[in-house]
Amino acid sequence: MSVAILKQGDYLIASIQSDLSDTEVNALRHELAELVGVHRSRGIVIDVAALDVIDSFVTRALRAIVLTARLRGAHTVIAGISPDVAIAMVQFRLNLEPLRVALDLDEAVVALDRLTRGDHEDEG
Amino acid sequence: MNDRSDRPAERGDAPSDKQRARPGSPPMQAVPSSGNEGHDPSAEADRSPAPEARERRTSDPVLEELVAHLRDSRTQMREEWARRISDAELLGVMSDDEIFSEATEVYDNYVDALETGSVETLETYARELSERIIPRGVETDEVLGVVLLLRDVLARALFTRYEGDPAQLNRVLDAYEPAANRIAVVVGVSFVEERERVIQEQQQALRELSTPVLQLRERLLILPIIGALDSARARQLTEQLLGAIRERRAQVVVIDITGVATIDRSVANHLVQTVEASRLMGARTILTGLSSEIAQTLVDLGVDLSMMRTVGDLQGGLVEAERLAGYRSGEIEDSTRIET
Repeated sequence: MSVAILKQGDYLIASIQSDLSDTEVNALRHELAELVGVHRSRGIVIDVAALDVIDSFVTRALRAIVLTARLRGAHTVIAGISPDVAIAMVQFRLNLEPLRVALDLDEAVVALDRLTRGDHEDEG
Repeated sequence: MNDRSDRPAERGDAPSDKQRARPGSPPMQAVPSSGNEGHDPSAEADRSPAPEARERRTSDPVLEELVAHLRDSRTQMREEWARRISDAELLGVMSDDEIFSEATEVYDNYVDALETGSVETLETYARELSERIIPRGVETDEVLGVVLLLRDVLARALFTRYEGDPAQLNRVLDAYEPAANRIAVVVGVSFVEERERVIQEQQQALRELSTPVLQLRERLLILPIIGALDSARARQLTEQLLGAIRERRAQVVVIDITGVATIDRSVANHLVQTVEASRLMGARTILTGLSSEIAQTLVDLGVDLSMMRTVGDLQGGLVEAERLAGYRSGEIEDSTRIET
């Protein structure tokens, strides 16, 4: 499996190491949905910096992961889209709405901190 | 010349004369052929300054004599040439001394090229010379004029020398003309190529200069766009902006298009794509400086601007950018989408 999923406090960090096959994308989706429950994670960062291509299938899968995770109580931030990939995605009209994106892992964690603090305030 | 004695046997032999008269043609084309008489040797030389031609070193006695003659009268010829250049008011930006020293160089190279049939050295020299004189504003017609003057000066000298012997003059001209034409072409082409290279370099510099990405504050970038946007420039602009976002970890980008006169559908779409791509990199973009004309055009074109944050001018854009950056540090930002 070319995805490393690390647990960091309340967050899961899924670091994609190389381009994924469709099967691997689906596997990632199931595993994340599973792990969110196991670790009671409140946030997920998916680091896609190693991806040279983000096609419509991956886009759809990412969206599915985000929505699934949300139903299981976690926010998701996509991190590390490279300039070339960003240009290609825009040209192919692949829209990540309403996904949250961040420049890199650091930014993603900052964004998650903000989002999960929001949850607390909502709860409180 | 000793070899002149055995020449008469050859004199009537037109094909071999023709063959000799074409130092510019590649060896494979120099096959003796009786059907080749109608062929214009100078046109041949003009068309094919082919690299393989260099290998052919002339052993033509007529050309050898010609070269020896040109070497002997070197001083006189170059003076004549330099004088004619001044008379024709060519190379006005150069002093007489400069013209004379360059003329000497060119003359020597020219004679060498005549002798060996190889224009390589001359070509290199012509390129270097072009490099020196182009920035000083020397025009193409001046360079061509100067080369043609040298051709003229030499041809006149030949006429004077062989005045009494039309047959020999003919042979000398047969040898001289194609080589001289070829040299003129080489020098002219070198100059024009050098010019084009300079123009290309400048275009490249312009393209790079025309899209500066400026950092105003920590993690706040400004991209002022001035002048016409075409799709090549828009693509380059997008790439530069995205590279800068990553490198400087930008949160907010202000794109100012005050300096853009008109906008069409493709440019508008490029802008939307740039904004969208920046968003994928985690930066928020504010577009400022839309003139009323451009705003109306965009609305008429039906470009989807719902993703765009727009502010009237750069000043307002900066205020908004600071608000966004400050806003982000303390509070929850659910989405980067704007409320329109």
